[in-house]
Amino acid sequence: MKFEDEPVPGYSLPILPGHVSPGRLERVLRAGKFAVTSEIDPPDSADPDEVFKRAAIFDGYVDAINATDGSGANCHMSSVGVCSLLTRRGYAMVMQIACRDRNRIAIQGEILGGAAMGVCNIMCLTGDGVQAGDHPQAKPVFDLDSMSLLEIARAMRDEARFQSGRKLASPPRVFLGAAENPFAPPFEWRAYRLAKKVAAGAQFIQTQYCFDVPRLKTFMAQVRDLGLLEGPDRIFILPGVGPLASAKSASWIRDNVPGVHIPDSVIKRLAGAEKQKEEGKKLCIDLIQEIREIEGVSGVHVMAYRQETTVAEIIQTSGVLEGRVPWYPGRDTPSEQQRIQA
Amino acid sequence: MYAVRRWVVRHSRSFEFIYNVFEPVIARLDPLWRGVGYSRVERPVAAVERAVKGLLFDCQMCGQCALSSTGMSCPMNCPKNLRNGPCGGVRANGHCEVKPEMKCVWADAWAGSQQMKGGSKIHIVQKPVDFRLRDTSSWLRVVRRIAEERQARKEAQK
Repeated sequence: MKFEDEPVPGYSLPILPGHVSPGRLERVLRAGKFAVTSEIDPPDSADPDEVFKRAAIFDGYVDAINATDGSGANCHMSSVGVCSLLTRRGYAMVMQIACRDRNRIAIQGEILGGAAMGVCNIMCLTGDGVQAGDHPQAKPVFDLDSMSLLEIARAMRDEARFQSGRKLASPPRVFLGAAENPFAPPFEWRAYRLAKKVAAGAQFIQTQYCFDVPRLKTFMAQVRDLGLLEGPDRIFILPGVGPLASAKSASWIRDNVPGVHIPDSVIKRLAGAEKQKEEGKKLCIDLIQEIREIEGVSGVHVMAYRQETTVAEIIQTSGVLEGRVPWYPGRDTPSEQQRIQA
Repeated sequence: MYAVRRWVVRHSRSFEFIYNVFEPVIARLDPLWRGVGYSRVERPVAAVERAVKGLLFDCQMCGQCALSSTGMSCPMNCPKNLRNGPCGGVRANGHCEVKPEMKCVWADAWAGSQQMKGGSKIHIVQKPVDFRLRDTSSWLRVVRRIAEERQARKEAQK
């Protein structure tokens, strides 16, 4: 999708009527296109080139890239750092903010800092507990939860004020995201909890890994019945998917990563395959195609932790972009050959 | 105590009833609290509140009680101190991500709220905790608010 008002990379698009952000992700979603987002693995390094390299592997296949904030409670480069580097090149970023490591003073500062650096999407998360990561001895902060963080971020944007009431000279123009896990108990509450997040300000949702399509279908039906997919405050839902490397790693993820539900049938399918890694990719493509058919789904969020190079192939083979080439640095610059022809 | 608080959640409807009787009674005692001075009764009342609610709910004295909105399951017992519902890490058996031996506080809250008359309050977004109110009496705060509202209504009628 190419916009007529495509700006110089690093500069924002104009905000369209009915939009809250100058970002590409909001535009693609509100235009009714099937959106694709992915997640960058933030380096354990202070080298900016490492970040550029890790982002470039998604070029042409994703509408926005999530920068995780200490995912799994492991220490990496900060999300605001990754976002600052990549927005300079024009990438559409989803800056994740987790409540685990910072209090409300730090978080609100981060929202302003991110927005000033060109971040148009902010993902409000509670965050994994510190016990899950590489610093289990750390102090868990959790001054806010994802819900109160959403409310605070929305008030900063719409009412131009901090939680304290103090005024902002220029509010952050951000599209607000949140997470949901339809695959964790209490199941019957999950759609209501989503409604609560919408009430708190969420505009798009990226879910936890989906390996159980029937469960997702039930969840989506409840979400539709609650009327959350209609009106100007509607929510856009991007279920999470990802390739599993092998049956063994699938079992490990199931037992050790909080909130990931992998049915036995999936592990059996992988275990029975000759090339498990290939089967994992195929399974992911199948899931994307099934998920796309569910009424009310607006896109997919591909999380390929340590297999990021497979994302392009997965998206390409699944055909969900329908020939659309999401913007990337250099997309609209004519190549040498085109220039000679012209 | 874990066993007691689980039992309370199973009987959330009864505890809702008891609180709904209790609240207007202590609110009626406003002249007494005012006579002695709210600041002077704060410490003894907070001590009683801590003892009673500590026993029943494993109350952490956040000072802004949300029990009637959380199915009588105290959200401050959630290791992430979530005030608005379960995180995405709840285990398949309904137990906590951080403390695997403990039932998720919010899974309990959902079950508790389903039995309560005012159970739908669980859908209302709760404000973040005000940490200045820690270790103060939530009861007295509620009583004072009720009394002030009553006073305001009277003034308005005049």
